[in-house]
Amino acid sequence: MKKIIISALFITSAIFAGAQNIYMTKTGKVSFYSRAKSPEKVEADNNEVSSVLNTQTGDMVFAILVKSFHFERALMEEHFNENYVESSKYPKSTFKGSITNISTVNFSKDGTYPVTVEGDLTLHGVTKKVSSKGSVTVKAGKISAYSKFEIKLKDFNVSIPSLVADKISEEIDITVDCKYELKS
Amino acid sequence: MKKLFLALVLLTAFGIKLYAQDDLMKMLEEDSKKEKKKDYATATFKTSRLINGHSIENVAAGVLDVKISHRFGMVNRGSYEFFGLDQATMRMGLDYGISNRLMVGFGRSTFQKQYDAFYKFKILRQSKGGRGSSPISISAVSTVMLKTLKWEDPKRQNYYTSRVSYAHQLIIARKFSESVSFQLMPSFIHYNLAQGATDPNDIFALGGGGRIKLSKRLSFNFEYYHILPISLVAGEGYRIPGTKNSIAVGFDIETGGHVFQLQFTNSTGMTEKTFITETTGDFFKGDIHFGFNLSRVFTIKNRKSKKH
Repeated sequence: MKKIIISALFITSAIFAGAQNIYMTKTGKVSFYSRAKSPEKVEADNNEVSSVLNTQTGDMVFAILVKSFHFERALMEEHFNENYVESSKYPKSTFKGSITNISTVNFSKDGTYPVTVEGDLTLHGVTKKVSSKGSVTVKAGKISAYSKFEIKLKDFNVSIPSLVADKISEEIDITVDCKYELKS
Repeated sequence: MKKLFLALVLLTAFGIKLYAQDDLMKMLEEDSKKEKKKDYATATFKTSRLINGHSIENVAAGVLDVKISHRFGMVNRGSYEFFGLDQATMRMGLDYGISNRLMVGFGRSTFQKQYDAFYKFKILRQSKGGRGSSPISISAVSTVMLKTLKWEDPKRQNYYTSRVSYAHQLIIARKFSESVSFQLMPSFIHYNLAQGATDPNDIFALGGGGRIKLSKRLSFNFEYYHILPISLVAGEGYRIPGTKNSIAVGFDIETGGHVFQLQFTNSTGMTEKTFITETTGDFFKGDIHFGFNLSRVFTIKNRKSKKH
């Protein structure tokens, strides 16, 4: 019995042992874009996204400082933080999930592999399950991940006043582009 | 036995899988703790004016703010004057952000046919985290005002410089919470030529004001300037005789690129020297002007390279 427990623990811990499979970035890029027919572009970039990827298990997490989203227009940025995502109340947005088909990605061979990511997205204090298609690119030992998906503001309790309803659409396109490096 | 073994493997694997994501998250958190980023307080007020006077806010770099302000007549003048709405004084102004710390502006008021120009510079910004964080913000504002009414006595030798007066202010502000902000405004006003022989050329005042947000897009504001009993010249008064301290209460209503400010104040003018030192209305006797400021911002220069 003892042997079994020990071996079970050994096997499972072996899967997660070693830092050979932990990849990290602090300069990942996340952008969003609102598709409304507005003369003013509602879009913003964040180039300070941190993320960790475990290439063995496919586990993937993201942490984003909401205030680091930058808009072309200063006032839009202020309103985004003040009125929509309430970044002082909810400073962080996170994603905790995994690449469900991690086994199809061959990290030792260069190429682009289609993947599906599933997990919990937390934004504006609301956690919601999201699933998205994307790709993982392996090139000369470097790993990058790309995904584009859509969220509904309603799902995250972000309300749009009727006055600006024609300027901001309910659906927001989100693009994720991260280049990972092996965590030392 | 085999079943037990499998169950154990599955259980621990499953457990660890959940745990692993949290573990990765912890990794990120620890990493971000190491390099704390400075977090500046933003949107202490909704716009660059509190009510009559300046707030701690600037317009951002490359942004033009068109301001149109009205003060109607006094509400206690009754229905004949339609509670003051029959009269109005007005100021049209343009503000522009040269950098994120420096803004300039100018305006024209119907009251005393004044032109005014000012700069506002952010000396210190309220921030937390990182090195050298500050609990307060400090800005400096200097305004020059030019009265262009016809000379009262054209026969006298009149000088152009006699039309000019100056206001220098420090604004010390703190955003206490999302909804509560306060500021203090030590102010100094200088007249090149005082109205009366015994009127002071230099007047000191301390202003105080703040806002309480009632909802995301609506806030209640108040502003008060107290003239200080400081006289630089013996025998002169410290204030213009017959004037009162300026009081104003109002609401900021924000709708996208516009901010509407509705207010009740005992001041008629909208330049610093006029509302701080020349207010004659008694707020508590109903000498109250209803008024509004309308602000519309235009982004002149887009931020091409977004900050990192």
